[in-house]
Amino acid sequence: MEFLVSGATGNIPRSRWLLAHAAAVFSFLYLPIAVLILYSFNGQGVGGFPPHHLTLDWYRLLFNDAPIWDSVLNSLQVAFAAMAISLTVGIPAALALDRAQFPGKKLFRRLVLLPLILPGIITGLSLLMLFNVMGAKLSLMTIVLGHGTALISVATTEVFAGLQKLDRAQEEASLDLGANYWQTFWRVTVPNLKLPIIGAALLIFTLSMDEIAVSFFLIGRDNTLPLEIWGRLRRGITPEINAVSTIIFVFSLVTIVVWYRLRVRAEGGADVGAELIEAGSAKS
Amino acid sequence: MFSRAYKTVVTAPPLVWVTVFLLVPYLLMFCYSFWSVSPAQAIVHSWNLENYKELLQKTVYWETLLRSMWIAARVMVFSLLLGYPLAYFLSFYAGKRKDLLYQMVIIPLWVSYLVRAYAWKTILGSDGVLNTLLQYVHLATHPLDFLLYSPFAVVLTLTHIYTPFTFLPIYAALEHIPRNLVEASHDLGATPVQTFWKVIFPLSIPGVVAGATFAFVLSLGDFLAPLLLGGPSGIMISNIVVSLFGAAYNWPLGAAISLGMLVIVVSLLFFSERLEKKWSFS
Amino acid sequence: MASPITPVIAATPGTRSAAKPALLSVRNVAKNFGRNAVLRNVSLEIAEGEFLTILGESGSGKTTLLRIVAGFETANSGEIWMGSERLDHQPPYRRRVNTVFQSYALFPHLTVEENVGYGLRVAKRPAAEIVQRVAEALVKVKMTTHAKAKPSKISGGQQQRVALARALVNRPRLLLLDEPLSALDANLRRQMQVELKSLQREVGIAFVFVTHDQEEAMVMSDRIALLRSGELEQVATPREIYSRPATAYVAQFIGHTNLLKGEVRGGVVRCASLAWAASLPDGPALFSLRPEHVRLAGSGASGNGSVRVRGRVVHQAFHGATELIRVECADGLVLVVRTASSSAVHNEVELEFSAADAVLVRESPERI
Repeated sequence: MEFLVSGATGNIPRSRWLLAHAAAVFSFLYLPIAVLILYSFNGQGVGGFPPHHLTLDWYRLLFNDAPIWDSVLNSLQVAFAAMAISLTVGIPAALALDRAQFPGKKLFRRLVLLPLILPGIITGLSLLMLFNVMGAKLSLMTIVLGHGTALISVATTEVFAGLQKLDRAQEEASLDLGANYWQTFWRVTVPNLKLPIIGAALLIFTLSMDEIAVSFFLIGRDNTLPLEIWGRLRRGITPEINAVSTIIFVFSLVTIVVWYRLRVRAEGGADVGAELIEAGSAKS
Repeated sequence: MFSRAYKTVVTAPPLVWVTVFLLVPYLLMFCYSFWSVSPAQAIVHSWNLENYKELLQKTVYWETLLRSMWIAARVMVFSLLLGYPLAYFLSFYAGKRKDLLYQMVIIPLWVSYLVRAYAWKTILGSDGVLNTLLQYVHLATHPLDFLLYSPFAVVLTLTHIYTPFTFLPIYAALEHIPRNLVEASHDLGATPVQTFWKVIFPLSIPGVVAGATFAFVLSLGDFLAPLLLGGPSGIMISNIVVSLFGAAYNWPLGAAISLGMLVIVVSLLFFSERLEKKWSFS
Repeated sequence: MASPITPVIAATPGTRSAAKPALLSVRNVAKNFGRNAVLRNVSLEIAEGEFLTILGESGSGKTTLLRIVAGFETANSGEIWMGSERLDHQPPYRRRVNTVFQSYALFPHLTVEENVGYGLRVAKRPAAEIVQRVAEALVKVKMTTHAKAKPSKISGGQQQRVALARALVNRPRLLLLDEPLSALDANLRRQMQVELKSLQREVGIAFVFVTHDQEEAMVMSDRIALLRSGELEQVATPREIYSRPATAYVAQFIGHTNLLKGEVRGGVVRCASLAWAASLPDGPALFSLRPEHVRLAGSGASGNGSVRVRGRVVHQAFHGATELIRVECADGLVLVVRTASSSAVHNEVELEFSAADAVLVRESPERI
């Protein structure tokens, strides 16, 4: 137990209960996923205990499953496009919030951050009504617009935090040395925002790949990966789903660890939490 | 410091986008809620209050809303009970392992919602892992019904999903507490338990309020978990909306309910923000 | 590893406040952080009601020593005793010791009043008693009018007073102060030094004060314990430490001094072109000579035991009431002289000092 717990200073007793509770919570968080992964190798498919007859059949089945791969391709396209939109709109939004004063700034700020905390159904439905009024047909494009809009807040919060840490003196020095605002922006401001922007891009990409609530209402003929899985779930459970879920888990794991390392490099530990809170709630 | 032209160029595009894709849709939702649908399944733009009358009169909507709030409240409480001690442990007792453990908490957050809900579905089913395990070790003679297709399953799954959400702001708040306050409290004679209730907990309240709000609001509006795991007894308000935009085809009524949800959520956010401000002392 | 210091402390008169009993006894305390030895074999006695300052540079280990006494760090070896009770096994909340933190550490969610009464509430004292004692404490530190304010609304100096009241109201047997004045500007600092000293006299509690400012230490303390790289160089009254420094480090840390490296042979000290009689064993010797003991020689013969030397003035610095004159003499010897200010500008001078003012000090070797 000693290795996990460094007590408070001095002779203050360490708490066994807290450690036990923490262990219990971690088990609760990881057990379902562990079960999922385990059963993706189970010959008898999903359910039943104990698992036996380990096999890679389900993964082989998955590999040959064309609709899944189509949906993966769709999801990738959507994710990249959404990333482009979110960054293009979100970065200037962060700049505007950091430096400009204009009427309606408060409302603007709230609108940008709202999709993070709002249940996805409201964001999805409101956009659906917009597209309906505009007469637009539902398609991957509408999903792109939905993701792009909902995820602006991720880009904005990350870049905004980066801007707060930026030393104004650097920009002033640049102007002093003869560069104009445009040049200063590209030569000084943007390079300092490299890490937040990359972090935001990673996050937006992951969130878009996993997004289901907003996509649910904006889907046309082509499925994204989560929606494809959802459709199969409605029809019945197959162990293939375990396999694809395991793969998704591994990808998410890698992405998040990379993202976290980047953020810790950009700033301190606890601050990472704040952006995460904002970004994380966009998942649902 | 930056020229006005520069500022306008930077500010205008996001402003336009946000207006078109965020503000206008909410306004549209507002408008839709006053329209109605014709028998021919076309949306009639005649302004009336029929939808709201329907909502206020028919009990099914109230019942579902209350049930949804009750589910959301339980998710909120359980998430806090799980998340707070975990955050406290990490912040004050984890020492060198703090970073690693923190990553371990946020990783489940990023595993797809669908994947996690699905995992619970396979575990809780009558042929699922939990039931067969219980029978295998002879703790049960037949599958337990209530595990799946019930509010229990929905609460369990949503708690699983939202515990890391509640953890994050609480952890951030705890991390911001200067450690010398803890030392000062000990110095003045307070035991660790007394120090927690008199110093640490009060200063962490903004984090608790934020985390609780997340869990409650997002659970309230959730429709996926009920669809997968809720069964007929676990239907939540969003499911009604989903069917109104789907098979039951009554967009205006659906818009009215959505608007109601939007109002509830925004009010809760407003209220919790005030509460957070009241309890922050920096 | 026996510290060479210990015998010196015992030898220097006045280091043990004779009549008063020892309140706190620090015995052979050592502390490492990783491979860093922050405290090495420190032993110290603190008497009832005394004002002791632990003086040292940053990194000397002074704050660590304080924190060990308070209970926020555990020593790797050694013991701490308060009377007949062993202190170092107790958690901080059981010790009758209170601390004034460098950053004050006031609770931001409590008012000034509530902050001050915290320790009493925790000890579950009756409400009426708490109200009365808190009011008294606030009067002592002159913060009564701000009783209901929150810490964020009062100034740094005021926060410091609240921190003081909060610690004192518990009537500890020992009060620890961790550089409490370092965040204040110079004038406020001087004012607080005087107030703290008189407050200490008034309450009669032993204060252990940590600082890096030697002037502050001299002004406030009954005794000074000078710490260097985790070991005590000297523990003595301010006057003692000034006029009879034990080592070169002490001589240089406190005030200005001239360090004279000399060689003793047959009862005569030779240092550069200087020579004077001293009953010391043969071998190298180091002397500390305070600038105020070096005079510009008047006309007339030199008295017995006085040393004269000629030199050239290199630098003359005006310090208000006095001047510091830097003089280069033969054989590379440089002497700093403190004289009363005058408008005279000097070039070639003759200096004089009495041999008795050259105090023998020990070397201060580098400690890794």
